[in-house]
Amino acid sequence: MINYDNILSKSASGIPPSGIRKFFDIVSEMKDAISLGVGEPDFITPWPIREAGIASLENGKTHYTSNAGMMELREEISRYVNRKYNLNYNPQSEIIVTVGGSEAIDITLRALINPGDEVLIPEPSFVCYKPCTTLAGGIPVPIVTEEKDNFRLTKEKLLEKITDKTKVLILPFPNNPTGAIMEKEDLEEIASVLRDTNIIVLSDEIYSELTYNKKKHVSFASIDGMWERTVTINGFSKAFAMTGWRLGYAAAPEPLCKVMYKIHQYAIMCAPTTSQMAAVQALRNCDKDVENMCREYDQRRRILVDGFRKMGLSCFEPEGAFYVFPNISSLGYSSEEFAQKLLEEEKVAVVPGTAFGECGEGFVRCSYAYSIESIREALKRIAKFVERHKKR
Amino acid sequence: MNKDLLSILEKNSRITPSEIAVMLGTTEEAVKEEIKELEDNKIILGYRTLINWEHVDKDTIKAFIELKITPQAAKGFDRVAEKIYKYPQVKSLTLMSGAYDLLLEVEGETLRDVAMFVSEKLSQMDSVTATTTHFVLKTYKKENVIFANPEVDPREVITL
Repeated sequence: MINYDNILSKSASGIPPSGIRKFFDIVSEMKDAISLGVGEPDFITPWPIREAGIASLENGKTHYTSNAGMMELREEISRYVNRKYNLNYNPQSEIIVTVGGSEAIDITLRALINPGDEVLIPEPSFVCYKPCTTLAGGIPVPIVTEEKDNFRLTKEKLLEKITDKTKVLILPFPNNPTGAIMEKEDLEEIASVLRDTNIIVLSDEIYSELTYNKKKHVSFASIDGMWERTVTINGFSKAFAMTGWRLGYAAAPEPLCKVMYKIHQYAIMCAPTTSQMAAVQALRNCDKDVENMCREYDQRRRILVDGFRKMGLSCFEPEGAFYVFPNISSLGYSSEEFAQKLLEEEKVAVVPGTAFGECGEGFVRCSYAYSIESIREALKRIAKFVERHKKR
Repeated sequence: MNKDLLSILEKNSRITPSEIAVMLGTTEEAVKEEIKELEDNKIILGYRTLINWEHVDKDTIKAFIELKITPQAAKGFDRVAEKIYKYPQVKSLTLMSGAYDLLLEVEGETLRDVAMFVSEKLSQMDSVTATTTHFVLKTYKKENVIFANPEVDPREVITL
């Protein structure tokens, strides 16, 4: 008999399983369970985008596109990031259309990392940075962001972790799971640290269209002097509710793009053609749809924050993405215990903060990519739970 | 806040002012004031319930009726409309562009009720030159709510 353990790649099989999944495998089989767990918009892709996808199939657009993506789409992306975030990227040589933001993260890290290079990862954050770093031969170095700093990355925290091995800083803002954003002044601070180094920033801006309190997203590459050291990653999943279309992009200076492009062309060939055709429509004609979804998220956000605070829990006010990250440590349970008990007793699923890094201990992530009715019902049940366990 | 408030109420008129205040980041008093003003100005005209009567044991028949009217000067359409909307059978009435002029939604207990209303009331009016009656067979969607199937969350389990 083959002992597969001896055969499989050590670095790949050594990756720990995701802490998010196991809860939802349970939820999907539980009757009357309400989930605030999913990190995916509940909206269906706006109709004009779907229509463009259908039309492309009807017109027989069933072939590969060029490796970097259709020129028409790259030009549209270039215009879009310019009008939205004041960024300048040449569609010929500085933009690659990828299979979701996830692929863009992967090829960026693989293009940059030499064995032993350190990658700074602010946490809590999205689950893929660490494993992608490890697989690329790099060493993940977490930087703890704290509630007292509004979960923003500070200059001091960054300085503490920079060594002569630091290759990449990941900037995951607006942030999943905390909902934190970085404003222009915050980014300036980070820029002042990086200016005299060779550290490259992977700026994952996938939630850039979902910011609240009238705080427009600021792209790191738009900060003075940062363009040359930034890979800007964005995509269509969150802003346009296009998760299933699997489409994102990376924009970076040409020498970086060239190497990322090589990995992309051999691993992926090109992003799906139907999705690319649809995405052109999204960037051209869907500002209004995005605005409407954002307004809806904003109202749900307020309901959730208000709900948690009324339960007597400390709840940081998120200003981006679609998550709230309440502090549940006052109940005396770990995040995992809290999530487990809440699911068993009240049938509400949330994600333990520890799924997003050790420093997520004491928090849980609740997504508001759910209808207001579901959110209200979930809050009612959580309030009952909290009330009961407070008195313990 | 006007438009946001209205679209919240349009979706759910039973929501409380304090809930609206949370959603819009304002105070309950401000919301109450605003609603009062919207009611006074006849922008909010009422609070209704959306019912799928097809699941209720009640026989009603609905029809949409297109009316062609002899060309009218000035406020002529308004005068004709006024005569028509006074009938309690008429649930809605709109002036349309295109092949006909007025569109009515009519409700009756039987097919005959509706037919008689068309032939005895509408067709008899001097200004009405033609009518076309369409009976409603099934409602799929109304007021942005899908009547046919309850929506289920299609999202599968995924890591992120």
